[in-house]
Amino acid sequence: MSHLKNLTLKVWRQSGPADAGRFETHEVAEISDEASFLELLDVLNEQLISENKEAVVFDHDCREGICGTCSLMINGVAHGPQRATTTCQLHMRSFKSNDTIVVEPWRAAAFPIIKDLMVDRSPFDRIIESGGYITAVTGGAPDGNLIAVPKPVSDAAMDSAQCIGCGACVAACPNGAASLFTGAKIAHLNRLPQGQPERYQRTEAMVEKMDEYFGSCTNHGECSAACPKEISVDVIALMNKDYRASKFKSRKEISRD
Amino acid sequence: MTYTFDAKIPAGALTDKWDNYKQNAKLVNPNNKRKFKIIVVGTGLAGASAAATLAELGYQVDAFTFHDSPRRAHSIAAQGGINAAKNYQGDGDSVNRLFTDTIKGGDFRSREANVHRLAQVSVDIIDQMVAQGVPFAREYGGLLDNRSFGGAQVSRTFYARGQTGQQLLIGAYQQMARQVGLGGVRLFNRTELIDTVVVDGRCAGIVVRDLLTGEIQSHAAHAVVLATGGYGNVFFLSTNAMNCNVTAAWRAHRRGAMFANPCYTQIHPTCIPQADETQSKLTLMSESLRNDGRVWVPKSPTDNRPADQIPEAERDYYLERLYPSYGNLAPRDISSRAAKRLVDKGQGIGPLKNGVNLDFAAAIERLGLDVVKERYGNLFEMYERIAGEDPYKTPMRIYPATHYTMGGLWVDYELMTNIPGLYAAGEANFSDHGANRLGASALMQGLADGYFVLPSTISSGLAPLLGKTMPGIDHPAFKEAEQLAKDRFSGYLNTKGKRSPDWFHRELGKIIWDKCGMERTKEGLQQALADLPALYNEFQTDLRVTGTGETTNQTLEKAGRVDDFFQLGMAMCQDALTREESCGAHFRSEYQTPEGEAQRDDEKFCHVAAFEWTGDPMNPKRNVEELVFETAHLATRSYK
Amino acid sequence: MVTSPTVNSEALRRAPATGTALQARKKRPFLLDLYSTSVGKKYAMAISGIAMMGFVLFHMIGNLKMFLGAEALDHYAEFLQVLLYPILPKNVMLWILRGGLISMLLLHLHAAWSLTQLNRHARPVKYQSARDYQVAKFASRTMRWTGIIVLAYLVWHLLDFTFGTVNAVGTDGTFVRGEVYNNVVRSLDRPVVAAFYVIANILLGIHLFHGAWSIFQSLGWNNPRFNNWRRGFATGFATIIVVGNVSFPIAVIAGIVK
Repeated sequence: MSHLKNLTLKVWRQSGPADAGRFETHEVAEISDEASFLELLDVLNEQLISENKEAVVFDHDCREGICGTCSLMINGVAHGPQRATTTCQLHMRSFKSNDTIVVEPWRAAAFPIIKDLMVDRSPFDRIIESGGYITAVTGGAPDGNLIAVPKPVSDAAMDSAQCIGCGACVAACPNGAASLFTGAKIAHLNRLPQGQPERYQRTEAMVEKMDEYFGSCTNHGECSAACPKEISVDVIALMNKDYRASKFKSRKEISRD
Repeated sequence: MTYTFDAKIPAGALTDKWDNYKQNAKLVNPNNKRKFKIIVVGTGLAGASAAATLAELGYQVDAFTFHDSPRRAHSIAAQGGINAAKNYQGDGDSVNRLFTDTIKGGDFRSREANVHRLAQVSVDIIDQMVAQGVPFAREYGGLLDNRSFGGAQVSRTFYARGQTGQQLLIGAYQQMARQVGLGGVRLFNRTELIDTVVVDGRCAGIVVRDLLTGEIQSHAAHAVVLATGGYGNVFFLSTNAMNCNVTAAWRAHRRGAMFANPCYTQIHPTCIPQADETQSKLTLMSESLRNDGRVWVPKSPTDNRPADQIPEAERDYYLERLYPSYGNLAPRDISSRAAKRLVDKGQGIGPLKNGVNLDFAAAIERLGLDVVKERYGNLFEMYERIAGEDPYKTPMRIYPATHYTMGGLWVDYELMTNIPGLYAAGEANFSDHGANRLGASALMQGLADGYFVLPSTISSGLAPLLGKTMPGIDHPAFKEAEQLAKDRFSGYLNTKGKRSPDWFHRELGKIIWDKCGMERTKEGLQQALADLPALYNEFQTDLRVTGTGETTNQTLEKAGRVDDFFQLGMAMCQDALTREESCGAHFRSEYQTPEGEAQRDDEKFCHVAAFEWTGDPMNPKRNVEELVFETAHLATRSYK
Repeated sequence: MVTSPTVNSEALRRAPATGTALQARKKRPFLLDLYSTSVGKKYAMAISGIAMMGFVLFHMIGNLKMFLGAEALDHYAEFLQVLLYPILPKNVMLWILRGGLISMLLLHLHAAWSLTQLNRHARPVKYQSARDYQVAKFASRTMRWTGIIVLAYLVWHLLDFTFGTVNAVGTDGTFVRGEVYNNVVRSLDRPVVAAFYVIANILLGIHLFHGAWSIFQSLGWNNPRFNNWRRGFATGFATIIVVGNVSFPIAVIAGIVK
């Protein structure tokens, strides 16, 4: 274990949605390289409270990389420099003494800033509510083993079901698009046999809801590079294919592939 | 006067109780369901599944979460899997076996009827989750795969890679999202419960605080479901998420709901030890690692050599030495305590000498690197990301940490607390796990409560209310609770002392962990009960919360939660002190067998201890619900 | 006063909330319906892109006849006018193709323009610190600019060889429609013009490098069997077009074609 010294943090402060906001510079004299990036912010906040100043507001919860609550643009990269890692799992080992670290909130019209580094990601919930589910009324399900799912299909569905809904894809996308998020949910459900009856209605509803909030995909691939779960842009291709099919297929036969 | 509990256990043989209950339960006609409003607080497995199902049935549901989205709930972090008595592997599993395992795992401190029902509905949970599209692991033939888990001799655990909790939560979240989209559920996110309101002995609603504006609002309902999780964060360092708290349950407790068995807190043996003073939480590594890893510490406390330079003869493989038949697979509580004793003796490893080695060198030699990589690759990667060491080369450092809390709000067979109209589901109640929880059973219980139990039992409480006028939010009791909440939060802001809420939380956690952690003694608990009020007093006079109450203020939120943790901590220590026996996760050093196993005292303590709020956190009233075992036989738990 | 929590009358009209994914919005002719969304517009971008890629490829191949001499090239130009003749009158097929191309171009432009507007609105406030892009390539990030410059080049190109407005005045003092070979040589003999053609075609190549790959994503043509070839196809296609098209001005300047 060693320590980093003299870190300069440029943190975005914004008192509310209407405020213009600005960077504020703070020094953290020393921190262990075992500390996580959010623990650096904890240390900064304790420092601010001891100076009778308001603590920096940021979203965080599980701190083990699965809940998707944490965010942050760190030195211009969503979730910071380490690939396939959320901010909470980013450790100070990735930085050096005397570094200047710039911390900014996610920016997108759909993710308005609430305060400081905290943004509102509820459009993601709206997308799921529009169709990101399989209708299965409680109590009516057949035996689990009645539906055989080939292992590769199940594995592929799992790959995209891993999405933690953190919003890094939108934050990293130069267009503020949510195609990776929406595509991941569509790929999860549309690949499974259980998801077939609603396949095209789901895709249609989710894509159109997505369009109300987000930009469009121009195939940069930044989303996938920022994704802590490394979800592939293949899910976007599947979304595009199924969306087209939802318009072209006969609406009576629409649930058949 | 002692309180007499009515657990409303249905008549009949144990296996028939749930059917008998459903047959005799009062129902609400489908056209009348929409006239009832149900509030669900918390949107984890239990909350989301309850909200979705109740709305499907036609009730008006208002769901509250302090997160930005229901999908953030900490159910998401469960790794291992979910148990169900499907017997898909044909290895002799059955509902009765799952029931027996759970009762035994809980060290005979849980209620038979509830546990049996849990085992019965476990089967339906898997069907339900598969139908919703949860990508459970499959065999090559396309059928569901199972694995075995601690405390069971059959393979009944269903899993989705190392992210079962995530997949199940997202399944339940999607069902709830569907209802939100259809208008069945109204979702209030970033809204935290601050108080429950009781009018004429019946729960009339809740008071919440909008975390973005600080606004205090009331919501009235015919029934309130608290699915607000456990209180493991009282230890400060635990595997719980940063925002997990006891506030909802505790505020209900202060309004008259009994808090049962607060001292039953589970310790998980394989977590990554604390690395430095600024650490904010601990991370769990799946217990499956113990299948192939060997646990050891250097024999000499002064041995500071790197692990690979310590010769075999100078290593103490203490689990293999102490428990030769189970070895490195000794149960959670036993291996946890063994690690603690050695670390306390100074034999710990790592820079802070606060861990033990979990060594894979032998496994790599025996199985080859590829096999080890295939079995544990993702866990090793996760470890390396956090600890910065490569477990293929150096042993993992592990240490026990608080993980789950079996205690919670007292509920009857209908999951209703002793306050009519107030229900508790999931980890927030105390009902199914007794003094210790089996691996992969938490997910099972959350979903059982939310999908299958509550929707069937809640109608009994609602049916008599049809056509009656309920207290609205303009009732004086709501106004009074709102005022109380406002005063409480402005109180934190106006204390203007010197210490942050985090500082107090850390200090509180140290006391609870040292004195009421995995090994408890009479002296230690008495010391804790002397220290806690002093620290709490300091909290009330020296707290500093900066900022205001009118915008998002996480320091203020934290202050409210730490306040409740203090009061809970006192109840925990009282409970642990009074329960003069060892059972499950509650281990009193004075009460152990010569082999170091927990020694129960069924004569005196075969009961649930449910605490009643008296106004003074140091003097709660202890009530007792006797546990009657008709089917399971009280036996000493033995993992020899 | 004491009231019931079920005060809102909406609640009393409710039935159990059952159903499935929300219904699609009001029905429109299905192509318009598709085009109204960003995914549909990307689909239009891809289809029109393919059409124009086909044109660019055949245009380049046709122009290679330049290396066979004036007669071959001029004859090729005449041949285009008599496509499908005598089933159709002269020039009709050519104009059908041109019409198709122009509509594809307009579709491409409209979709690009409206997607750009959408994307601008999706992030009205830019990042205030420098972005550090991880994988986005120069090509993908400059599509709008390469597109606009290529469009400007296309206009110049038409003015140069179709209308002759900016063609060099030849020895005879006029632009002669039909003398394709001579027009090319006369125009590209000017070093500035030749340089412009080279630069514009390199930008076209950059545009194609990203566009030809993007097609697969936008159309949802995704299959592990050929995914590895998508990048290679795009690179190969862009290279062929650039090498072919750049060879013309270079050949003229170098005196190979004169």
